[in-house]
Amino acid sequence: MPDKAASAAASVQPGDPGLAGAAVTPSTRLFDRFPFNRMPFIGRQRWHLLTRRDKFVLALMVGIPLVLDIALIWGSIVVDFLWSLTDWHGNGAITGGGVGHQYVGLNNYGQLFTGTYPFFWTAALHNVFWLAFLMFVATPLGILMAVILDGHIKGMAFYRTVFYLPVVLSLALVGIIWQLQYAPDWDRGFINGTLHFFGYQVPLIKDIPFVGKWFRDVSTTDWVGGPLSIIPTVIAATWRHVGYVTILYLAGLKGFDPTLREAAAIDGANSRQTFFKVVFPVMKPINIMIVVITTIEALRAFDLAFITNGGRSPLELLSTLITNNALSESTRIGFGSAIAVILAIVSLVPIVIFLAMTMREEKK
Amino acid sequence: MADQENRAGLLSGGQVSRREILKKGLIGAAGLTVLPAVIAACSSSSTATSTPAAPVATPAGATPPPAATPAAATGKVTLGSNLSDATPKAALAAAVAAFNVANPGITVTTNTIDHNTFQTTLNTYLGATPEDVITWFSGYRMRAFADQGLFVDISDLWAGATGKLYTDAVKTACTSYDGKQYMIPFDTYAWTVYYVPSLWKAKGYTVPTTLADFKTLAAKMKNDGIVPIGLGQKDGWPAMGTFDIIDLRENGYQFHVDLMAGKNKWTDPKVANVFNVWKDLLPYYQTGAAGRNWQDAVNGLLAKTTGMMLQPQAVQVAIELEKTKPGTLADLDFFSWPGHGKGFDDEAALDAPIDGFMLAKNSPNLAADTASAKTLLAFFGLGATQGIYAKADSSLIAVASDADTSGYTALQKKQVAVIGAAKKLTQFLDRDSNPAFTGPNGMGSFLIDFLSKPDQDLTPFLAKIQAFQDSLGS
Repeated sequence: MPDKAASAAASVQPGDPGLAGAAVTPSTRLFDRFPFNRMPFIGRQRWHLLTRRDKFVLALMVGIPLVLDIALIWGSIVVDFLWSLTDWHGNGAITGGGVGHQYVGLNNYGQLFTGTYPFFWTAALHNVFWLAFLMFVATPLGILMAVILDGHIKGMAFYRTVFYLPVVLSLALVGIIWQLQYAPDWDRGFINGTLHFFGYQVPLIKDIPFVGKWFRDVSTTDWVGGPLSIIPTVIAATWRHVGYVTILYLAGLKGFDPTLREAAAIDGANSRQTFFKVVFPVMKPINIMIVVITTIEALRAFDLAFITNGGRSPLELLSTLITNNALSESTRIGFGSAIAVILAIVSLVPIVIFLAMTMREEKK
Repeated sequence: MADQENRAGLLSGGQVSRREILKKGLIGAAGLTVLPAVIAACSSSSTATSTPAAPVATPAGATPPPAATPAAATGKVTLGSNLSDATPKAALAAAVAAFNVANPGITVTTNTIDHNTFQTTLNTYLGATPEDVITWFSGYRMRAFADQGLFVDISDLWAGATGKLYTDAVKTACTSYDGKQYMIPFDTYAWTVYYVPSLWKAKGYTVPTTLADFKTLAAKMKNDGIVPIGLGQKDGWPAMGTFDIIDLRENGYQFHVDLMAGKNKWTDPKVANVFNVWKDLLPYYQTGAAGRNWQDAVNGLLAKTTGMMLQPQAVQVAIELEKTKPGTLADLDFFSWPGHGKGFDDEAALDAPIDGFMLAKNSPNLAADTASAKTLLAFFGLGATQGIYAKADSSLIAVASDADTSGYTALQKKQVAVIGAAKKLTQFLDRDSNPAFTGPNGMGSFLIDFLSKPDQDLTPFLAKIQAFQDSLGS
């Protein structure tokens, strides 16, 4: 797109030393606006775009985040890994000797993988389920919403706000909102309250032989306490995730080149074919991003389970296990760190895939 | 109270989520949108409200107790309190006000920290810059921190006047592995079965004295359309009390404490028996326990939809309801868990957890404040001070033997009688055993697992518990 290149060149500000003596007359010609022959030189005949000051600024801009990233994120991961080789209790010498202060090798990992700590595999399974549900239920739902909202519907802004509202709320708040839905007592929880209302109050329905009884029976369900409570909890997460995906996808659709759609229409594609054969493939960068974000959302799932029951059975997640071991009265810093290391390694997988794909795109 | 305010609060949840956000770094725009709100939530939870020796009026009629030391003492002491709910907070302020009357030269600065935050961050709090004196719990929950050298040995206070005010059982609850005392007891409460007498009278129910009677009564209640046994297990601990009491009645005090201490095995058939006895009672339990907090369960009891409930401090909920529904408090009573006829009924053992005060070793001011801090601890150890506290919060009672019980409510007097009649007292499952073992992803989860799947094969279930306990080392 030649227009864009020209405007990028035009955006170089006159304050730049290389442009000090450039012609003041505005010109739309690229060479006039950006006089390559007057750029600073390094060595013989090799013109260079950056002055020493530019390099310094660049070094700072790249260097500071890099140092912070290495110190705060990679440094923490390394420290975390070292802790995971101990049974440290969090105070005093880490390996000074005695229970709570010893090097235990890979013992912590052994306890996790062999099932001596039975909650680990349960939690890992819950995380996988969380991921699958977000990926195969929530994300397609979000894309569907985006496609619907992309059409010219009346009150578009209203719908968009409605779907995006949950995303603005923190997961902690989402947790509290859904607690009000799921509370087991009919006079406290909305869902059981509604079922109770149909089973006991609504004249016709309560008298239908099986239906009325069904409402009465289901109205005592313990949505967040039964063995399968991970499902209601992930539905609460879905409520938020759908809005998230919708907004991301909608932004992508807004930037979608309409001529492609027109071309598809001329070729006689129906709207479903247009979406799957034209829109979806073109949106590949957004699709990858959504997959990565969904994976990360599933791995960092924490708040809902923790708000609901502190991450106890049946809502164990890897993140709550870390909290309940390392950051609680249990004071099992070493053991909790081992779980954190595993979670960190698992988290690296989608990030690496994402980076690899992005870089490959850029090379093209 | 061990975990009573364990309702997972917005604030504490938010705090950890910030950690998550920072840790995971790579998050989408939505996370960033949320971040400021979460940080705001954090700061409001961790910034403790400081009440500098609030001149709260001492309840009328409460005479200031005699000073424990010469009133001439001057100095400062800081007090880190987890009593963040209105009633206990005001009750502690009343006790501190009484201290100020007796020791005008000593300034007490109270720092009240949200109960839940206090509990989850205690380890780092004690390792960083804690207050001089802090509120905490007895038994292993104290020992775990004392063992790490985070509390100061106060055996000298126990050797003096304070020690004479307490029974040996109380002293043991305040003693760590090294045989030294680290806690001054302040209040206690009994785990008993609460019920509403007017409902029982109307239905013709009588207090059961044997397990068979208890079951017959529960069946009768179920027939009458009443939920026989209430339970709110959301915070993870109430069902532990049921395990304790059944084990105490079926296998006796010694077996129970040895099991808790890791000397007996969970794979012992006697433990399976406890779960089997419990299983027979489960059909009479309130459904949906895991999603209900204990206060709501007590509300069901007070609303007469639930027949009875093993719970401590049900009075706290009744006090709240009394404001809108007078007469609630007067229409609440309790009885001790019935006998099981296994030869241990005479022990009349029950859970009676003790809360108290410790001296935090890492307090930056402790070197200067030790004398005044110990004066404050000795003052809290007096029956008269505890009387002021128990008067302001009638769900609990004083621990000291010289406490004036004449001003107690009927239920407080009954608690004194029940605890006095017990030949053996236990603290509570999460205070009689290693905190790492009893934590949310430990016994907290195992018991919920049992409650949601009571028909599971107990052999692998108990083997899992034993393997977990073994993996914890000491």
